[in-house]
Amino acid sequence: MTALAALLLRDMRLAVRVGGGALMGVLFFLLVVTMVPFGVGPDLKLLARIGPAILWIGALLATLLGLDRLLAADHDDGSLDLILMGHAPLELAVAAKALAHWLTTGLPLVIAAPLFGIFLNIDGSAIGIVALTLLVGTPALTFIGLIGAALAVALERGGLLLPVLVLPLTVPVLIFGIAAGDAAILNAAPFGAPFLILIALTLTSVVIGPVAAAAVLRHGLD
Amino acid sequence: MRLSGSELECVRGGKRVFANIGFAVGAGEALLLLGPNGAGKSSLLRMVAGLLRPAAGSLELAGANCDRSLAEQAHYLGHLDPLKSSLSVGENLRFWTRFLGGGRGEGPDEALRVVGLERVGDLPAGYLSAGQRRRLSIARLVAVERPIWLLDEPASVLDADGQALLGEVMRRHLAADGLILAATHAPLGLDPARELRLGAVLP
Repeated sequence: MTALAALLLRDMRLAVRVGGGALMGVLFFLLVVTMVPFGVGPDLKLLARIGPAILWIGALLATLLGLDRLLAADHDDGSLDLILMGHAPLELAVAAKALAHWLTTGLPLVIAAPLFGIFLNIDGSAIGIVALTLLVGTPALTFIGLIGAALAVALERGGLLLPVLVLPLTVPVLIFGIAAGDAAILNAAPFGAPFLILIALTLTSVVIGPVAAAAVLRHGLD
Repeated sequence: MRLSGSELECVRGGKRVFANIGFAVGAGEALLLLGPNGAGKSSLLRMVAGLLRPAAGSLELAGANCDRSLAEQAHYLGHLDPLKSSLSVGENLRFWTRFLGGGRGEGPDEALRVVGLERVGDLPAGYLSAGQRRRLSIARLVAVERPIWLLDEPASVLDADGQALLGEVMRRHLAADGLILAATHAPLGLDPARELRLGAVLP
């Protein structure tokens, strides 16, 4: 347990130090959210209608940013060799790394989402619900991305491959996350069903992601 | 404790690097792996560390703690020094001490003193020279006690003082019934050490 806690703390520390990825995600998120209204024009009704979708797509892209270095950085400096030789099971070690990534990249996005929602003319109660869907859904993005991060190690210089491999897998999360957010704003569709499916997707990916990533890393031993 | 390998074969990128290699090392013994570049010294060490699958043959650890695998009882000192440049020297070492399960061993503070880095403990590791980075990696071996040391060119970037220090650390490890496998071109100051010569590339 101390080994996993040490790994979690180290990764979080690295993320908030100079050159870390923690603030970069939020900054990128801010850029996406501020640029879209310039693109679609000053139609407040339209902005409120597509607001949750923009927040979700911004969060998805911000999460992917830096995910390719999650394991590759440790591979490049030899840390991954020692992580493989540690007492902690590899599945839990990569899960700890993914958790650190979510706490430093995903969670700040969730916290920033209510503020950015104002830019998109989403009203008070709906902002809370969109933030809630992001809180529940963004761990799924990180843990699905973990599989891609492991592939980026196995296939050297596979950084560009990561979004191509990971984005299709995140489509269900995106669909149900936005469906739950829309339900809250339009009051047209039920909120419960898509929200519960979103929770299910997150729980599934939290289990499958680390197992698959560890399998990829072990297979890549050569 | 006895570590032995028999009929090991290594294939990398479809090419056979070595075949039919066997060795045995007991507690308190050192085995030096010698041979030209490309002979497979590093590959053999990575194989023992569990980071490379042997194409054939087997590795066996007898008389050891049974609930720990071979890799979990070994220290691996490779070409790369696994340090994060934005963390301080002390933070790097404390992390590896905790991650590698440092219940026993000298602990990070004493280890820094042993390798002569106690005065730069608060400096970010990015500012260290290559020799200091290697010293910090050696500190890891001292900080956490593991019986098997796998050293890949441990002396390559060290100055004369550093090499003497490495020799001292290794002799102390052997005296405490540890075992060492080291790939090297330079003499490591271990006496007596047995040698395993790996040949040139096989046809």
